[in-house]
Amino acid sequence: MRNRPNDRGLAEKSLRYRRSVLKWIKDAGAGHTGGSLSCVDILNVLYNRVLNVSPENFGDPLRDRYVQSKGHSVEALFVVLADAGFYPESELETLCRYQSHFVGHPTRKVPGVEQNTGALGHGLSVAAGMALAGKLDDAPYRVFTLLGDGELAEGSNWEAAMSGAHYRLDNLTAIVDCNTLQITGRTRDVMNNEPLDEKFAAFGWAVRRVDGHDFAALTEALEKPLEAGKPSAVIAMTRKGRGISFMEDVGKWHHGVPDDEEYAAAIAEIDAQLAALAEEVPA
Amino acid sequence: MHSAAARETAAALGLELGRANLEIFAETLLELARADGNLLAVTSDSRGSGKLGPFGKALPRQIVEVGIAEQNLVGIAAGLASAGKNVFAVSPACFLTARSFEQVKNDIAYSDRPVCLVGISAGVSYGALGSTHHSIHDFAALRALNNLDIAAPADNREAAEAVRFAARSQTPLYLRFGKAALFSLPCPEQPFARGKARLLRDGGDLAFIATGETVIHAVLAAEHLARTEGLQCRVLSVPFIKPLDEDAVLAAARECRAVVTAEEHMVHGGLGEACAALILAAGMPCRFRAAAIPDEYTVTGSQADIFRHYGLTMEGLAQTALTLAQSSAAQTA
Repeated sequence: MRNRPNDRGLAEKSLRYRRSVLKWIKDAGAGHTGGSLSCVDILNVLYNRVLNVSPENFGDPLRDRYVQSKGHSVEALFVVLADAGFYPESELETLCRYQSHFVGHPTRKVPGVEQNTGALGHGLSVAAGMALAGKLDDAPYRVFTLLGDGELAEGSNWEAAMSGAHYRLDNLTAIVDCNTLQITGRTRDVMNNEPLDEKFAAFGWAVRRVDGHDFAALTEALEKPLEAGKPSAVIAMTRKGRGISFMEDVGKWHHGVPDDEEYAAAIAEIDAQLAALAEEVPA
Repeated sequence: MHSAAARETAAALGLELGRANLEIFAETLLELARADGNLLAVTSDSRGSGKLGPFGKALPRQIVEVGIAEQNLVGIAAGLASAGKNVFAVSPACFLTARSFEQVKNDIAYSDRPVCLVGISAGVSYGALGSTHHSIHDFAALRALNNLDIAAPADNREAAEAVRFAARSQTPLYLRFGKAALFSLPCPEQPFARGKARLLRDGGDLAFIATGETVIHAVLAAEHLARTEGLQCRVLSVPFIKPLDEDAVLAAARECRAVVTAEEHMVHGGLGEACAALILAAGMPCRFRAAAIPDEYTVTGSQADIFRHYGLTMEGLAQTALTLAQSSAAQTA
C-alpha cells in the first residue's frame, strides 16, 4: 500500500483538491460546488488512508469498494480519483462536454468508479449487496458509501439500513456527509431527519458522529469497523462550500458556478492557505 | 383457462397440458444452483409465490431474503452481481417493474450488472386481485430502458431454456412467468436463442405473432381457422420482446396477408407496438391488429376471464384475424 500521508500532507491535498474542483466546475460551467467541497476531506481520508483501492488492483475481487451515493458531488470524486492515478487530471477538461465519459454524475466508464449513481437513495442498497457478497465469500474487503443528509429522506435508504443490520454487515460503512443543507434550504426545515445517530442506532447500526473536516477523527472512525457484527454509520458533520469563505454554509452554492471574480477570489483564498501551510514548521 | 372447443383443438393437435412456468422456473433454478454455488436467488418475502420454498430448504446459503422491500431487492442484487454473483432477483412482476423501476434503470441496466430480474405471477396471473397486482405495463416500461433484455416464455420448455439462458447471460435480463398450467407448444426442436422468434406453424394467409402465455391461444386459433375457414396461418412465438427478432417479424409482414399480434399486456408499448413500428419503418403495406388489453379500467376476473373478455383466447384471436383477413380480401378485390 502507498505511503500514508500525515495530517499536514492531507491538508495540502485537500486544498489542492478544492482548487481543482473549482477549476473544473468553472471550466465546465456546471457542477455541484457546495457538496463537492463538503465531502473533499472525507474522500481524501478514504482514498489516501483507508481504502485498499488503486488503479493496479481495481480488477481484484478482494479490493475495497467505494460507492458514491450522493452522486452529484462527482467533481470531488473525479479529482480524487485522478490524484489516485486512475487517469490524468487533465482529462477533466472534457467534464460535462459533448461525448465525454466524465458525466455530471459517476459512471463506470470513468476508471475507478464502482457504480453508476446520481438518483439518490441507491448507493446504500448496492453497497449492502457488495458487502453481503463479501460475507458470503468470506472475503476480507470493506465497502463504503457516501450519503448526503438530505438524501436520507429517500425511503430506500432505510430498507437498505434494515438489511445491513439484519445481515450483520460489519464490512459496510455508510458515511453521511452531513452538511445540513439541501437545495431548498436547511435539511431540518425541508424534512427533518435528525437525530440521525438514534435512527441508525435503532436500525441496528454502530454509530459515530465526527467532525467531517478533521482528518484524525475521520481516520479513527473509518480505518476499522466501529463494532463487530454491526454495520457502521459515520455521521460526518461538514459545511457545504467548505474552505471558501463566501461559499461556506451558503445554500445557493449547491450547484452555483462561480463567475470570474468569485473564482479568482476563491482561488486566492486557497493559494493563501497553501502558502500558510508551506510556511508552517514541519511537525 | 381454455374453452371446451379450445381443449378439443389442443387434443387434436396432440398438445399436452404441462405445468405452470413458475414451477419450471423454480425447479430449473434449483438444479442450476446445485451445480453453481455462486448462483443466488434474492427474494422479497416472495419465495412462496416464486415456488422457491424447496430451493430455500435445499440451499439456504444461496437464497437472500430482503423482506418486503423491492427497491432494496434490486439494489442488493446489483451489488451482489458486481462482486461476481450470478443473481436472480425474484419478486411479483407488478412490484418488481414498478416499485423498483428506478433501481432497475440505474443499478442494473445503466450500471450494466448482469442480474436476471424474475417477474413472477406476471401479466394478469393475479387476475382477481385487481390492478395493483397486474403487470400489464412491464414490457412498455422496460422496453424504454437501454441495456435490458426482456423475455416472456410461452411454455414449460421455453421457460426452462430461458432460465438456463439467464444463468449464462452477461446482459441484464427481465424474465416473466405466470402461474397457469400451460399446454406444450408444437415444434419443440427449435432452439431458444436470444432475440430469436420460434416458428411454430407456417402459413401465408395470416400471421399470429404472440408472446408469453398468449402463444398457445394463437396456436389454437391458427388450427381453428384452418379447420373452419381453410386459412393457413403462420404462428411465431416471440419469447424476446427485446431484442425483437426483426427478420422474423418483417418476413411475416411481407409473406402473409395480415398480421395479428397477441400479448398479455396493455396495448401501449408492448409487442404489438414494437411490431407495428418495425413494419411501418420498413415501408411494408400490412393489415395489422394488436390484440392486447385496452387502455381502460381492467375488468375483474381470473386470468382466463380477462383473456376471454379482451379477445386473447382461441376464439377471440380467431375472430380478430378473420375480420382482418376479410377486410384485407375486400380491399384487395
